[in-house]
Amino acid sequence: MTFGDFTPEAFAFGFFTILTLGGAFGVVGSRNLVRSAVWLMVSLFGIAGFFVLLSAPFLAAVQVLVYIGAIGILITFAIMLTRSMTNLKERFNKQWWLAALAALTAFLLLMVTVIVPTWGEMGAEEIPPTVASTAQLGEAFFSGWGYVLPLEVASLLLTAAMIGAIVIAREDD
Amino acid sequence: MVPLWMFLTVAAALFVIGAYGVLARRNAVAVLMSVELMLNAVNINLVAFWRFSDPVASVSGQAFAAFIFVVAAAEAAVGLAIIISVYRSRYSVVVDDVDMLKW
Repeated sequence: MTFGDFTPEAFAFGFFTILTLGGAFGVVGSRNLVRSAVWLMVSLFGIAGFFVLLSAPFLAAVQVLVYIGAIGILITFAIMLTRSMTNLKERFNKQWWLAALAALTAFLLLMVTVIVPTWGEMGAEEIPPTVASTAQLGEAFFSGWGYVLPLEVASLLLTAAMIGAIVIAREDD
Repeated sequence: MVPLWMFLTVAAALFVIGAYGVLARRNAVAVLMSVELMLNAVNINLVAFWRFSDPVASVSGQAFAAFIFVVAAAEAAVGLAIIISVYRSRYSVVVDDVDMLKW
């Protein structure tokens, strides 16, 4: 694919790229933390669109439900509970230029590994249209040949995290 | 189909923006939000590599991404609880103020 042929898919990709990266810049750059949280939701919505483009609809639904729904609300609550709105003067610490330099260097290094064709020729891929369905994902999660043990460990981790969050955030009397 | 390197480029940009937020923001909640951005960049990479790999019938990439969802949710819950707890004892969420381990 070149930049010349303009398919609806490429248009959607560009739209979701703008949503994701623009939202990310909003998260990092906003003075007001509530605006940061809303920008985070915009960015996560763009990532859900990427999941749809990559034919992973279940992950897109989970992204909207868990990330935008649950974690977005959690972060908003944390902003309100900690009165983060009172000190809006300085967004960045004193080493922000060093952080920007490090981030830029990391991006350039990553781009080198992306551009160098380690994973096949650039642009010439033919993708098989057959795609694993959500039913297959469920079978993989709950069958013995699949990921049933990691799934149990993940549920245990969620339980531990929930109890830990309650214990840590509880007011000791 | 949009080629793989475009997805990787967007994911790399998102990761780097998140990394800058983690390194440079002063507010701990903003740092946590930037960590979420970095985790999502990794998720895009996982699903993109899964989609463009040869045996697309397996669901390993999606399964990995789902487990990252779980870990991210746990991390957000515990991280925000720690931030609230720190705010109760020090009345600040600026990460520079929480330097008891530094001397």
